[in-house]
Amino acid sequence: MTETYSPEHKPEAAVSADPNKAAEKTVIPQAQHAAEKAQGEHDIKVKTEKVCVFYGDKQALFDVDLDIRERQVTALIGPSGCGKSTYLRCLNRMNDTIDIARVTGRIMLDGEDIYETGVDVVELRARVGMVFQKPNPFPKTIFENVAYGPRIHGLARNKRELDEIVVHSLQRAGLFEEVKDRMDEPGTGLSGGQQQRLCIARAIAVSPEVILMDEPCSALDPIATAKVEELIDELRENYTIVIVTHSMQQAARVSQRTAMFHLGYLVEEGPTDVMFTNPTDKRTQDYITGRFG
Amino acid sequence: MSSSDHIVTSYDEELRELARSIAEMGGLVEQQFEESVAALLTSNTDLAQQVVSGDRQINRLHTEIEEHAILVIAKRQPMAQDLRETISAIRISNDLERVGDLSKNIAKRALAIEDQRISQTLRRGVDHLSSLALKQLKDVLDAYGARDTDKARAVWRADDEIDAIYVSLFREMLTYMMEDPRNIGMCTHLLFCAKNIERIGDHATNIAETIFYLVTGKPMERMERAGILHTM
Repeated sequence: MTETYSPEHKPEAAVSADPNKAAEKTVIPQAQHAAEKAQGEHDIKVKTEKVCVFYGDKQALFDVDLDIRERQVTALIGPSGCGKSTYLRCLNRMNDTIDIARVTGRIMLDGEDIYETGVDVVELRARVGMVFQKPNPFPKTIFENVAYGPRIHGLARNKRELDEIVVHSLQRAGLFEEVKDRMDEPGTGLSGGQQQRLCIARAIAVSPEVILMDEPCSALDPIATAKVEELIDELRENYTIVIVTHSMQQAARVSQRTAMFHLGYLVEEGPTDVMFTNPTDKRTQDYITGRFG
Repeated sequence: MSSSDHIVTSYDEELRELARSIAEMGGLVEQQFEESVAALLTSNTDLAQQVVSGDRQINRLHTEIEEHAILVIAKRQPMAQDLRETISAIRISNDLERVGDLSKNIAKRALAIEDQRISQTLRRGVDHLSSLALKQLKDVLDAYGARDTDKARAVWRADDEIDAIYVSLFREMLTYMMEDPRNIGMCTHLLFCAKNIERIGDHATNIAETIFYLVTGKPMERMERAGILHTM
């Protein structure tokens, strides 16, 4: 694929069984962006405009305009029920799985509206991966957990390539050394923290561009949490990460930008350093300092 | 202080306690400074002794505030205004502790020159300088209590006057020393005292800057200080 990448460019043609094309597609924009990017600036990876979400008659999200920057960690914070997870789930159309959920507005991934008809949702979820609150490995071996995605997306031509992807993903997730001698054991036999890193390995095995994380550390102990946070920091070099967290300290530690949600509205968004030392909005101030009634 | 209370009430209590300790320390330091200058100008050795030994109490408060603030950070991981509140308490108590030390130093010098007569002009000069610095210290502690940035700014600006008076006092003492070498011993002590007082003014402006940061979350813009260099 040699044509220049442009926001108008629709990659539907690339959504094919051809593994080379699928792999190239994710590489080209990144390489170009890196070349074009001025130092310290980050392009917008996901742009959301006036996003509303309804569950039946009930509106859960109101006109959210938010830009997610490429290769940055964006933390979504706010009290329970504020809409941050709902927003996160819009970014890879996970809300489609809920019958009564309806999404309006525009969500642009690299300039393409992901809610447009004709978008392959399975392909979208390969580009925008997700890690959940509770580690949820498949009831299969460690190897199979990671190999599953690349296999169904046709990312490997043979066993050797698949092995490479699995090993590489486990290495990137910081888990390989701990599991290399027991790849055939069930993933569910690992510790909670290891299971979560296995899920992260599984998510990155399909070479996503964006990784969504919904409270990835809330079921983990401090050591496992620290490992996942360290991993998030490393993954930032190659991936755009959006993380929902209830831990203010975690948001402050891992993210470069923070967005505060409250009652379905985006209250404030800005550089994390500023948000946690000198937020503008009273609601953000009250929430992060533990004053919300 | 903060607009509304925390969900955890003991957290509020801890922050209030910090502010209370700063107010207490501020009051003590003010008194120490006032008395050290009084001891100097009236050659009152008892008062000077009292100031010297009183510094221990200030040091103790300083340590307490620091420990308390560290505990708040460890226990609560304060954010936003709470974080600024905690960090400001540490910074202000450092400044106040230094003011305490400088006052103690003035008191020690008062003891060193107790038997010498200080000329009326110099006495008046030091008196004037110290009353300005004392006012600065009082005002800045009021500004802290009220979280009043206007007042903090006013303190910040008024420091130039102290610097100017210090410089003129410095010249005057030089003249005295040149006129009669027997004045050199006494004048040198007095000069150090004047320098201490000028430094106390600087600590008041430090505190003013901290208050500004505490309230607004931004550093006070560094205006070019016109004219006076006080590197002497």
